[in-house]
Amino acid sequence: MTQRIYVPCDTTALSLGANDVAAAIEIEAASRGLSVEIIRNGTRGMLWLEPLVEIETDTGRIAYGPVSSSDVASLFESNFTTGQPQHNLYIGRVDELPFLTKQQRLTFARAGITDPVSIDDYCSLDGFNGLKNALALDQQAIIDQVKTSGLRGRGGAAFPTGIKWQTVLDAPGQQKYIVCNADEGDSGTFADRLVMECDPYMLIEGMTIAGLAVGATQGYIYLRSEYPVAHKLMNEAIKRAYQAAYLGNDILGSGRQFDLEVRLGAGAYICGEETSLLESLEGKRGLVRAKPPLPAIIGLFGQPTVVNNVLSLAAIPYILDKGGQAYADYGMGRSRGTLPLQLAGNVKQGGLVELAFGVTLRELMDDFGGGTLTERPLKAVQVGGPLGAYLPEHQWDTPLDYEEFAQVGAVLGHGGVVMFDDTVDMGEQARFSMEFCAVESCGKCTPCRIGSTRGVEVIDRIRAGENPDANLELLSDLCDTMLDGSLCAMGGMTPYPVKSVMHYFPDDLSPRD
Amino acid sequence: MSSFTQWTTDSIQKIIDDLKHKPGALLPILHAIQNEFGFIPEKSISLIADALLQSRAEIHGVVSFYHHFRTTAPGKNRIEICRAEACQSVGARSLESHAKSCLNIDYHQTTSDHDFSLEPVYCLGNCATGPSIRIDDDIHGRVTTEKFDALIARHRQTIKEAV
Repeated sequence: MTQRIYVPCDTTALSLGANDVAAAIEIEAASRGLSVEIIRNGTRGMLWLEPLVEIETDTGRIAYGPVSSSDVASLFESNFTTGQPQHNLYIGRVDELPFLTKQQRLTFARAGITDPVSIDDYCSLDGFNGLKNALALDQQAIIDQVKTSGLRGRGGAAFPTGIKWQTVLDAPGQQKYIVCNADEGDSGTFADRLVMECDPYMLIEGMTIAGLAVGATQGYIYLRSEYPVAHKLMNEAIKRAYQAAYLGNDILGSGRQFDLEVRLGAGAYICGEETSLLESLEGKRGLVRAKPPLPAIIGLFGQPTVVNNVLSLAAIPYILDKGGQAYADYGMGRSRGTLPLQLAGNVKQGGLVELAFGVTLRELMDDFGGGTLTERPLKAVQVGGPLGAYLPEHQWDTPLDYEEFAQVGAVLGHGGVVMFDDTVDMGEQARFSMEFCAVESCGKCTPCRIGSTRGVEVIDRIRAGENPDANLELLSDLCDTMLDGSLCAMGGMTPYPVKSVMHYFPDDLSPRD
Repeated sequence: MSSFTQWTTDSIQKIIDDLKHKPGALLPILHAIQNEFGFIPEKSISLIADALLQSRAEIHGVVSFYHHFRTTAPGKNRIEICRAEACQSVGARSLESHAKSCLNIDYHQTTSDHDFSLEPVYCLGNCATGPSIRIDDDIHGRVTTEKFDALIARHRQTIKEAV
């Protein structure tokens, strides 16, 4: 009998040696005369356990991890191919692990279970059901389902997706576009990457449904060049989707058309801002456009364009399969559905945690994250990427909800949670926020372009003890200017992390010894 | 180790001709040129400008806007070190200073033997298992200084064997 063994192929597993592990298993099995089939699945999102090797048994999939190639011989020695528990890397049945059972996985339901580029695997777990339903609905009925779901843009701005689609449907235009923002530049976020590496057909399906809904026949995935693995897997999935008529000019024999192409970015953080992204797709410098006009009215090549984040589009297949209400049944207040959170930085159990809105930050970091990796006390948490505030301990009981976070001057953004232990120098972090803005500013507006450079200089002076009181006042004033005067969120939100350091960690801004 | 070919006017022109029909063709063209030759040769600018009916200034403006594009030949291995917050929280700052002193170069420089180029990168999306670095298309996680040294040694060995 051929034994099926799963070795993940996402970036994190590969970065920790998954290819070497797969090769070692193949060699070891051959030398023992065992017949094994190695399947390269996606990750389950329990990234601290990668590479997580799973064995298919009659009683479910049994996991071992983190496995390195040097563990492989001893795993075979202890009969891991039959799921035996003797080895010290034995974890148990994957689908019974609390880290997974405590989650509400709607978007990431298939992640880690399937071979990401297998259409059969995708279809066997509800894949393309939403598309089939959408093909039977008229455009308004599709959009009504999305409105019912309460889905808000998962890129960070949280704009209602259904209303954006309605605007594009209602806008006159010869050629409408669906653009997927896969320029996931925020540090601490990797949920978009996991969608593309673990379940790429979900994104293809979501974009195709969006195309049907608004009458767009062309889609682009604007993918950052820092994601070579996602690029390869996404292109392979698109190729296969064309072959199986899930894309092209006659989708599943319906006579409807949708074409899809991946376009690579080129290492510019600002291109995650939607208008800058559109400029880049058009082959220009990624300079931010003034809004209005909204991209929904005048977007790519001047045409009505839906620009949605990967996670927003990835939520669509579920909504069209189970209905908008089923999605809206999760969540709190005006934040409906689930949010894929990403635990990152100095965390013991980092990874992907998909939960309905409403859990507190502390529950997330303790119950799922298990505290810091270094086992030192946690000092600060940055939520929402490099433009998000650093939260001190008294704010960790804030529920994960767009409005609740806004109330404490923080942002939920794309759901990235970066933890720092007590060795962090928050003054250094504040300086980095300004430095990052100086490196990545598109340069179009003055508060961002000049303000960020001046910000670095002022923080350096404060830390050097030069007129600290006057310079702190100047920094505060500079932050307000950037906040109020910048064209987009880059300059407009860089003050968030800086001000949070000034308010909650003032000692770290004092002169260094 | 990346293997690049030596550019010629004809080979650049062929890449441009294959892609210029695409809507918003400039970035795909620049990526294709850099993938083939390792960088964007100066000569490409005027060829692209002619093909896309744009000025050389416009093409130069795009090349210089994006951090990914380079106008000089890279080392045989292009190393990128993540400088972003999640990696900072687990020691990226000391890793980057170690890398600079170990290779004896700063960011945006290439070692004198042309084996390695060093670039900063702001997030590789490997944030739960940092510090992370990328060598060509391979991403490495939990990179301690020892692991960094071992990776460099392995790549030096590969280069030596290829000679």
